[in-house]
Amino acid sequence: MGEIDLGTVNWARAQFTLTAMYHWLFVPITLGLSFLCAFFETIYVRTGKQEWKNLTKFWMTLFGINFAIGVATGIIMEFEFGTNWSNYSWMVGDIFGAPLAIEGIVAFFLEATFFAVMFFGWERASKGFHLFSTWMVAIGSNLSALWILIANGWMQLPVGMAFNPDSARFEMENIWEVIFSSVAVAKFTHTTTSSFVVGSCFVIAVSSWYLLKGRHVDMAKKSIAVASVFGLLSGIATAITGDESAFANGHYQPMKMAGYEGLYKGSKGADIVALGVLTSGKKVGDGQEPFAFEITLPKGLSLLAKRELNAFVPGIEDLVYGNEEEGIMPAAEKIAKGKLAIADLAAYKAAGKAGDETAKAEALERFTVNQPYMGFGYMDSPEEIVPPVASIYYSFHYMVYAGTAIILLMLLLLRSTLKNTLVDQKWLQVFGVFSFFMMLLSSEFGWVVAEVGRQPWAIQDMLPVKMATTNIASGNVAATFFIFLALFTVLMIAEVKIMLKQINIGPEGV
Amino acid sequence: MIGNLDTATLQQIWWILCSVVGSLFLFLNFVQGGQTLLWQVAKSDTEKSLVINSLGRKWELTFTTLVLFGGALFAAFPKFYATSFGGAYWVWMLILFTFIIQAVSYEYRKKPNNLLGAKTYESFLFINGSVGILLIGAAIGTFFTGSNFTLNDFNNVTWTNPLRGVEAAFSLFNLSMGLFLVFNARALGAMYLVNNINFNGVPELEARLRKSCLTSFLCALPFLLYIVVSLIFIDGYGTDANGVVSMVANKYIGNLLAMPVVLGLLLVGLVLVILGVTRTGLGNGTTGIWFGGPGTVLVGLAILFTAGFNNTAFYPSKVDLQSSLTIYNASSSHYTLTAMTYVAMVIPVVVGYIAYVWHVMDFRKLDTDDIKY
Ligand code: HDD
Ligand code: HEM
Ligand code: HEM
Repeated sequence: MGEIDLGTVNWARAQFTLTAMYHWLFVPITLGLSFLCAFFETIYVRTGKQEWKNLTKFWMTLFGINFAIGVATGIIMEFEFGTNWSNYSWMVGDIFGAPLAIEGIVAFFLEATFFAVMFFGWERASKGFHLFSTWMVAIGSNLSALWILIANGWMQLPVGMAFNPDSARFEMENIWEVIFSSVAVAKFTHTTTSSFVVGSCFVIAVSSWYLLKGRHVDMAKKSIAVASVFGLLSGIATAITGDESAFANGHYQPMKMAGYEGLYKGSKGADIVALGVLTSGKKVGDGQEPFAFEITLPKGLSLLAKRELNAFVPGIEDLVYGNEEEGIMPAAEKIAKGKLAIADLAAYKAAGKAGDETAKAEALERFTVNQPYMGFGYMDSPEEIVPPVASIYYSFHYMVYAGTAIILLMLLLLRSTLKNTLVDQKWLQVFGVFSFFMMLLSSEFGWVVAEVGRQPWAIQDMLPVKMATTNIASGNVAATFFIFLALFTVLMIAEVKIMLKQINIGPEGV
Repeated sequence: MIGNLDTATLQQIWWILCSVVGSLFLFLNFVQGGQTLLWQVAKSDTEKSLVINSLGRKWELTFTTLVLFGGALFAAFPKFYATSFGGAYWVWMLILFTFIIQAVSYEYRKKPNNLLGAKTYESFLFINGSVGILLIGAAIGTFFTGSNFTLNDFNNVTWTNPLRGVEAAFSLFNLSMGLFLVFNARALGAMYLVNNINFNGVPELEARLRKSCLTSFLCALPFLLYIVVSLIFIDGYGTDANGVVSMVANKYIGNLLAMPVVLGLLLVGLVLVILGVTRTGLGNGTTGIWFGGPGTVLVGLAILFTAGFNNTAFYPSKVDLQSSLTIYNASSSHYTLTAMTYVAMVIPVVVGYIAYVWHVMDFRKLDTDDIKY
């Protein structure tokens, strides 16, 4: 397939990381805040009280500021698959393009259309229709999350498709398998519920800041009351669905899991590391101890991965070098089979061109046997299938700590709200302000776990990232990387400044 | 039911669907056209705000239509998506940049402490309306003039011009297509604003809008003529029964004559556009947009149908004819097209609620009390 320019691959990866992480600064706020706006407005419509209307309008103003930049950073992602990953787009466009198109049809228009009513329709639409529109924006945002996450879930667990040797690409066979794959379900539920937490923390942080300053106290208390209930329920759901995600990883992406748990040697009844520091410079197979320091919970990992105390959990070394007892094939063998598959596919094509039907049929027969390993054929060494362990290990552990801490915070906030003691609890208000940053970071780290943990694959076990890029000189991709970096950074600074100013002006100014 | 259709029929259905979305986008470009009119027609701050607030309620629709256009092409014609976006890298990147800066401008322009100042955000809107639409037009032009790419056995694209697509803007035909779209968008923008704004207290704004509708259209005319005359004379990229691509003399006029319906769409579309212009530019009517808009959709459909149907390569390669893409060799599998056709059945529902919301929001014209940003 021509030579691979690793410069292009790495710039394309850097660019995707950059744009996705920027997009993701704003999306979880949209996903959570849209529902909170709908709750606030529902309370207004039911009680008819002006203060709830003002409160709703205030949060909607902040929502709009965030939404604009979310859209600006989103459009680039839609086209980036084509511009930077054109080989990927062709190889899997048959399956991957569908959710993206469905997202446009069923979700983005819902958002875009009713957004106009939500913002400009207070005097134009009836009370009921306005409320309906706000709900539609919330549902539309979360539907857009649904489809893009189905697409992403499919990259983690490619189901419902088959490789077609004639077109040399993957083609869809069953769209329901794609939509309802257990990974897609875990992804959607975990990502949306965790984004509800982020949205709740946004409301809590701004309100807590008002409490600290002694401004808009009544509004802040009302907002926190709603957000902490939503945040608590979503926080619990986040933990449950996070566990579900890990369970799915244990099944379908054992390498990712071994990576984020820092598990090099697999075992039955594997312990889980509750707190630990990785040995720096540790490489697969170098015999060094993985941890410089660790506190473990016995058998915890087997429980997380397999829901059985004594189940076997494979480690990185088992997956790279194989484990005969547990029936794990060494990566070297998969690579050898993959290389055969690639050669047989080329022979199949050549025979087809030459019009040699028997050679063609024979090549196809040989190819079919090794086809499942074809992706491995592009690997240069068995160790290449190991993702960067440290990034995902620390990201994952931060996420779990944050997830636990936030449930606690929500409980405390709820208790103080019920006892009406929040105004005097400065420390809780400080924690409230801080919580938003803690959770946004956690959300970004979640993606690091999911996406960096998937390396070196673009499509798990099928298509390595290095085979997915566009054939383009790396200078072009580097140039657009820096343009995006500059542009998004300027826009983000503008967004933050505007946001802070609006918060400072407060609900009376809207 | 749909699964029983043969692949070729599904491919044609999807070319029609993509063309409809693309043509609706050209209509909704009235937002972009309005953005370029801003400095010319709005002299006072109030006038400016009226124009921006009126466009500001519609820009998301145009934007989302572009996103959907990308998604629909990805799902239905992934080889085109991969070849064009990956190959003509810089044109698409430049187009995207202009839409990124548009997306924040409405919301941030008048907000206190907005870092860049209202003027910068207004110039973002101008760049989006001019450069963005010009390049989109140039990209559409390459459907007829061809691009510089080859595909290997595995369908990986190699672009043979270092400008990666920007070279398209240096062809007179493509440039004319771009400029035609820019000026047509301006005419549409004026029609829309005349329809949408209550001019009590700002009568000069109305007069200037009506005038620029006319002048914009007059500016668009020579480019339109150039396109039409070229289409009559240039050779085009035809395919034979085996899918072999070759240059065919007078291919595109041939397509129009072979598909009278398409010719009809083109003529009716042009008449509707002219009616829209005369209603707005010469008369006192406010309904010009309801002629000019649908007219633009029909013209857009005619352009895209001419490029894709009647054994024509819609994304031709100048450097290697056999790498050219047709709707038959660039599409998704039968299964995916079938599944997507079921999904497409919700489109009427989407159009329905968009129309309803538009009606609710625009029932009363926009006046100075409505200014939000
Ligand atoms: C507020 C944010 C947040 C919080 C508190 C948590 N997560 Fe999370 N996590 C995410 C935000 C997130 C995310 C950003 O939404 C990710 C990225 C991809 C995904 O599916 O969701 C994610 C991914 C993700 C993955 C990888 C999924 C994959 O590879 O497909 C696992 C295993 C977990 N999470 C597990 C957990 C556990 C056990 C938590 C304990 C409470 C937890 N997460 C809390
Ligand atoms: C990496 C792949 C992604 C692509 C291609 C993508 C694409 C887009 C596009 C094109 C938009 C603008 C839509 C418009 O016109 O209104 C957008 C906005 C949005 N996206 Fe993404 N997106 C990606 C990741 C995600 C993820 C993972 C989620 C949710 C879990 C998400 C949720 C949203 C939401 C809610 C919006 C609304 C605007 C906002 O952010 O406030 N996106 N995205
Ligand atoms: C918006 C949230 C997301 C974030 C923060 C995110 C983060 C990342 C990161 C950090 C990488 C780089 C991995 C590496 O090269 O080491 C990456 C790569 C990638 N991600 Fe995501 N991701 C997100 C959502 C998605 C979604 C929803 C999709 C698909 C629908 C997707 C598709 C890809 C692709 C195609 C690559 C490039 C190939 C690769 O490096 O694997 N991402 N993403």
